[in-house]
Amino acid sequence: MSLMGQDVLTEDGLFMVNIGPQHPSTHGVLHLKVWLDGETIVKIQPHLGYIHRSIEKMSENLSYRNFIFATSRMDYLSAHINNEACALTVEKGLGIQATPRAKVIRIIMAELTRLASHQLWWGCTGLDLGAVTPFFYAFRDREAINGIMEETCGARLTMNYMVPGGVMYDLHPNFQKHTKDVMASIKKNLADYDNLLTGNVIFEMRTKGVGVLSKEDAISFGCTGPTARASGVSCDIRKLFPYSGYENVQFDEILATGGDCYDRYMCRMAEMRQSVNIIEQLIDTIPEGDFQEKTKAVIKLPKGEFYQRVETARGELGVYIVSDGAASPYRVKYRSPGFSNLSALSQMAQGVKIGDLVAIMATIDLVIPDIDR
Amino acid sequence: MNKEELKIAITEILPEITFDETGEFLNVFVPATSLLPFMNSIRSNNNFEMDYLFCLTCIDWKDHFMMVYHLHSKKHRHEFVVKAKLENRENPEIESLSGIWKTADFHEREVFDLFGINFLHHPDLRRIFMDDNWKGFPLRKDYMDENMIEI
Amino acid sequence: MKTIFLISLSSLARHIHIWLEELIGNPNGVYITEMTIVGISLIVFLVVLCFFLGYAERKVAAFMQIRLGPNRVGPKGSLQIIADTVKLLFKEGLTPTAADKFLFHLAPLIMVITAMLALAPIAFAKDFQIFDISIGVLYVASVSSMAVIGILMAGWSSYNKYSLLGAMRSGAQIVSYELSVGLSLISIVILTGSLRMSDIVMSQSDGWWLFKGHIPILISFVIFIIASTAEINRAPFDLTEAESELTGGFHTEYSGMKFAMFLLSEYINLFIVSAIAATLFLGGWMPLHFGHWEGFNHVMDYIPSSIWFLGKTFIIIFIIMWFRWTFPRLRVDQLLNLEWKYLLPISMVNILVVTLMAIMGWHF
Repeated sequence: MSLMGQDVLTEDGLFMVNIGPQHPSTHGVLHLKVWLDGETIVKIQPHLGYIHRSIEKMSENLSYRNFIFATSRMDYLSAHINNEACALTVEKGLGIQATPRAKVIRIIMAELTRLASHQLWWGCTGLDLGAVTPFFYAFRDREAINGIMEETCGARLTMNYMVPGGVMYDLHPNFQKHTKDVMASIKKNLADYDNLLTGNVIFEMRTKGVGVLSKEDAISFGCTGPTARASGVSCDIRKLFPYSGYENVQFDEILATGGDCYDRYMCRMAEMRQSVNIIEQLIDTIPEGDFQEKTKAVIKLPKGEFYQRVETARGELGVYIVSDGAASPYRVKYRSPGFSNLSALSQMAQGVKIGDLVAIMATIDLVIPDIDR
Repeated sequence: MNKEELKIAITEILPEITFDETGEFLNVFVPATSLLPFMNSIRSNNNFEMDYLFCLTCIDWKDHFMMVYHLHSKKHRHEFVVKAKLENRENPEIESLSGIWKTADFHEREVFDLFGINFLHHPDLRRIFMDDNWKGFPLRKDYMDENMIEI
Repeated sequence: MKTIFLISLSSLARHIHIWLEELIGNPNGVYITEMTIVGISLIVFLVVLCFFLGYAERKVAAFMQIRLGPNRVGPKGSLQIIADTVKLLFKEGLTPTAADKFLFHLAPLIMVITAMLALAPIAFAKDFQIFDISIGVLYVASVSSMAVIGILMAGWSSYNKYSLLGAMRSGAQIVSYELSVGLSLISIVILTGSLRMSDIVMSQSDGWWLFKGHIPILISFVIFIIASTAEINRAPFDLTEAESELTGGFHTEYSGMKFAMFLLSEYINLFIVSAIAATLFLGGWMPLHFGHWEGFNHVMDYIPSSIWFLGKTFIIIFIIMWFRWTFPRLRVDQLLNLEWKYLLPISMVNILVVTLMAIMGWHF
């Protein structure tokens, strides 16, 4: 076939389309080269690096206090949790623990972040599947959470609230009241979410049986978070390797077996309810006391290697610090959940239609700065 | 298995292995040449079943490279770190593990891109983040760039 | 009674006709002048209509999406759409270098012209029609299916892979759904015995087809609404422009006024399918009558017929807008499955039942 006298097909009769780096459903600057046979995807090749800022290299020149804040710019929807991961790694190196108050604050903040992230994901999933309305419902509730964040730490997206030993400031006096109000409205609105999208016939047609990822593949590709849990892989770091006192909180790890888009969707929907549940358990029992453990002005980690993993909204974030005893890390490696989850995309999208590719990308919840770092 | 049992079992597979227990994980130093058979056996051996490679990276120790593989077993819930030393700084080479763990595909491309480690038998070894005609490997300690400034 | 007669649209048309005959005298001259007036007033009507529909769509969308919608330009934001039109007028109309210039410029015109052509046989009010063509329904069905040529042309000439994919989708989609639209229209034609729009409206003087209680007609109506939503490429069938998959589909490369033409044609098409549905199933300009409620029927008669027609049309437009802002989009194979595996067989069986009803005289 030729278009304006130029051959648009490859030698094997396929139609190559570049999806991204500017495309509405890649949610950032992801570039996918897609080879199509009609509408069916034959081959797919992700091209990354459009927003690679070399955070790992930068961290080698930043102090142990400062390098934490670069991670807010990685998975910007889980900024708190990224910061927490770094703070925990430094604490592990120093051999200290955050104060009891800081630990509880960290959990509440992490769960609020997770809620906000999942809400944004839910809205964008609707948008990607062609339903515009969910987006606005999701953003209304996310806005309320961002309001709490702004009140507490002065920022709405890149919070930079976690420091080694605790949190940067104490909570705002209104924090508990606001959080309780927001939780009450979110619990009510989650039912709205289900009415709007979950039971819709078209939505189920678009997601059920689409982009199936088997349990073996999920483990082999290193998928984590709801993406892997939908395939039946138990990988919730909060349960497997509890940190910050998650061992004292009652919640369920959400597992499904299908591994398709619908199961990934349902896992995240259920996780939102679990997050609300966690926050409600803790919000009335925030211990009094210091919000920060005393640390030295210049932090130096002893020689050695420290690895800490946390559960972000997208999956397992690992922070691997190699220290040579200096005031800044010798090497930092972020094992980001999106990077591994993305690698499974080409497997999941084998032989599906373009519309399904969008559904798959939406349900593995890609955040491109998290992938590129 | 706990660390002691792991040490005994690993030594049975490959006797010339050394251990380092200072950190959080059990560190297993494997000669780079015997990495692939060793990884194959700990992946398929029923006592290990290390099916989850959760972190793959490299450290530039100025005189040599150290490949670091964090491994976990979903079934047995044990984990350890495999390290392989690459002495050749000019042309570092190591076998690719992408045939064992699919996640190694992307992670090895990242290490290739940023450290210049050549993974043998990798299905698609291209730069992943940097531009295709980028010169040098940014995460190496001796990496210099005309745009870099001294702090 | 005299005043109501005077303000009706048909009497206005008749007065203009008499006045022109006195003024010009020559019947051909009168005809040409009248056609010019009709053309100009049609274009003005369509522009006003599209302003209104654009505003209505934003407000309906805002209402469904818990936001306010346009509220800055003009009272309650009612002039927002005019501001947008001015913006589109002054925007640079970009043309891709590799595009087929002639087809690229022609495509939006074809879209708008075919959309406008289909307005000819629509009865806007009692005795107020541009052209009461004897094959009215057939004419609308055939003219509106020409829109696919404009879409294919736009997609092909843009030299863009997304546009091409969108155009190919639309080809498959419009051609498929044309069948169901046609068959559901035919069921009314069979019962009425005429393709003429005015006959179809008059046949509903004792009750609208939808409310006469014929189950096959109810089925036809539902199929018509679904299939015509697909035919005019509106969500949940907006695969040709599916912005999350194909960025903008067939009009990815269009900007400025040429892009506005596509919007214009989309709204005209929306109006046409709603008008056809109102005419065929909801009695066109016929007022709502209930059997023997003389007083009620008399009050209903006082409402001008044009209000009845537009009211019914806008109710259907609202329903189609409602679809758009609540449903996710179908996938391309599901879209075709829906047509070929469900709607088409159902319409075919349905049309057999209707034919049987017509032959046996089981309708009223």
